[in-house]
Amino acid sequence: MNLHLWSLLGGRLLVALLTLLIVSLVVFSATQILPGDVAEVLLGQAATPEAVAGLRTAMHLNDPAIVQYFRWLGGMLTGDLGISYANNRPIAELIAGRLTNSLELAAATALFSVPIALALGITSAMLRGSLYDRSVTMATITVISVPEFMIATAGVLIFAVWLKWLPALSFARDVHSFGEMLRIYAMPVFTLSFVISAQMIRMSRAAVVEALNTPYVEMAQLKGASRTRVVLRHALPNALGPIVNAVALSLSYLLGGVIIVETIFNYPGIAKLMVDAVATRDLPLIQSCAMIFCVVYLLLITTADGIAILSNPKLR
Amino acid sequence: MAIDAANTTTASQRRAGYRFNLTGWISLIVILTWALIAILAPYVTPHGISDIVDTDYFGPMSRQFPLGTDYLGRDMLSRILFGARYTVGISLAATLIACCIGVTLGMAAAVTGGWFDTALSRFIDALSSIPSKLFALVAVAGVGSSIPVLMLILGIIYTPGSYRFARALAVNVNTADFVTVARIRGEKLSYLIRAEILPNIIGPVLADVGLRFVFIVLLLSGLSFLGLGVQPPEADWGSLVRENIGGLPFGSPAVMAPSFAIASLTIAVNLLIDNLPQKIRDRSE
Repeated sequence: MNLHLWSLLGGRLLVALLTLLIVSLVVFSATQILPGDVAEVLLGQAATPEAVAGLRTAMHLNDPAIVQYFRWLGGMLTGDLGISYANNRPIAELIAGRLTNSLELAAATALFSVPIALALGITSAMLRGSLYDRSVTMATITVISVPEFMIATAGVLIFAVWLKWLPALSFARDVHSFGEMLRIYAMPVFTLSFVISAQMIRMSRAAVVEALNTPYVEMAQLKGASRTRVVLRHALPNALGPIVNAVALSLSYLLGGVIIVETIFNYPGIAKLMVDAVATRDLPLIQSCAMIFCVVYLLLITTADGIAILSNPKLR
Repeated sequence: MAIDAANTTTASQRRAGYRFNLTGWISLIVILTWALIAILAPYVTPHGISDIVDTDYFGPMSRQFPLGTDYLGRDMLSRILFGARYTVGISLAATLIACCIGVTLGMAAAVTGGWFDTALSRFIDALSSIPSKLFALVAVAGVGSSIPVLMLILGIIYTPGSYRFARALAVNVNTADFVTVARIRGEKLSYLIRAEILPNIIGPVLADVGLRFVFIVLLLSGLSFLGLGVQPPEADWGSLVRENIGGLPFGSPAVMAPSFAIASLTIAVNLLIDNLPQKIRDRSE
């Protein structure tokens, strides 16, 4: 039975790797179908044909697309991400610091939002059908239906413009005290938390509601156990797997939110780097950032899958 | 048992006909209003969209300019009404692209089965594991950003979701006896999906089209907000927020008003789908 479990997990991992390969092909081809020539773009309109031809040879642009793809993939795997078009610096160097910044933001958001979202999701499932449950559900639908930038701008309007508690759209990099750091991180973390909490509340609520609909919960109720006891001792332990699964899936929504939030608050993270790279059409940088995002996303999705498998008692 | 329950509700609803509750009606009216505005945009705007009508920029709400003025002193209400054309139009076109391709391929995969189904589903799964915003950024970087390109990109990004939804429904219908009979009769693939499968999944599929429309509106607005969607001088609701973001420190209505327009449309579509008669969406869960 245990072998079966490991083969299931191994299968998931294999699927993830295969997916990553297809994703890399899509990312590469999407950035290569541009009709213009990279060498001409780089050298500008005044370039002589000889100079363009020289650069094309130097950048191996005359090779067939498939050869270029495998050279690019090989570079990715060995940590050689290439050179940025915009400022001729190695991409690995550009990305390193930005990635740490983004991970800090993500970690702060997760620490802040996971406990709150789970508490809201589980309590609203316990009080299903009540006014509290309906208002939580309505609020999550609203948050899911509005764009992220609306939550960010509304937050700035309320906390920075009207209440004047927080700095607005600037992100100072020199931080002197803990209080100052808290004030600076507050808006981005707050906005991102809103975005991922809505998903997490919905999914954890659904998981607990499902656990509450089982025969053994009905049995516990018939036995005369109190509502709290039924939820905490009977339903929750069995819903734990689906809930952790929901948390991992919701965290993958961070990726979408982070692109907007880093741009609007001018946060020096990897998503801002990528948006700027799209504006300047710095293709190698875009490819690297996109692959990093996809790896993180697949990691979260595969972890969620793995947790779902591990927490299923039938497979143990 | 679940199927029994679904059948009984369907039967009782059939007698009652298409019954709609109040929330459903309000949502429908909001959606139709935006659709009308999008069609009639040039006739309903009180001022020209590029006319500088106010000497002041980021003007407050007033009788003359109900939603204030933007960063150049143009009438905000007119710009939002005209923006509806881009937001609704592009999103609708993209939704049609996504759903036509997705639903057709999904039904074809379910009916054909075998390696065609496996290979296509694996590829589609891989596509859907690229986060949608990221996919859009990469595509815009690759092919640039014009309105037809945006429609196509957004359509392709949301094809996987539509495919999976239609395939899951079609697989169920595919096991039904009438499909087997049609197959034995020697009907072609195109007949099977058009005459046997599609009529049986159309309700839930239409509800899914609505949801996909919401996702597309949000993604388009997000892209435009990043400056990578609809390009000036044309402006959809996302671009309107972007170009007026400088008014945020003054609490200018020009920043929030386009966001409220987006929210009114997306929330209305969501609520409409949630309140659709059971008959239409009985299998959409």
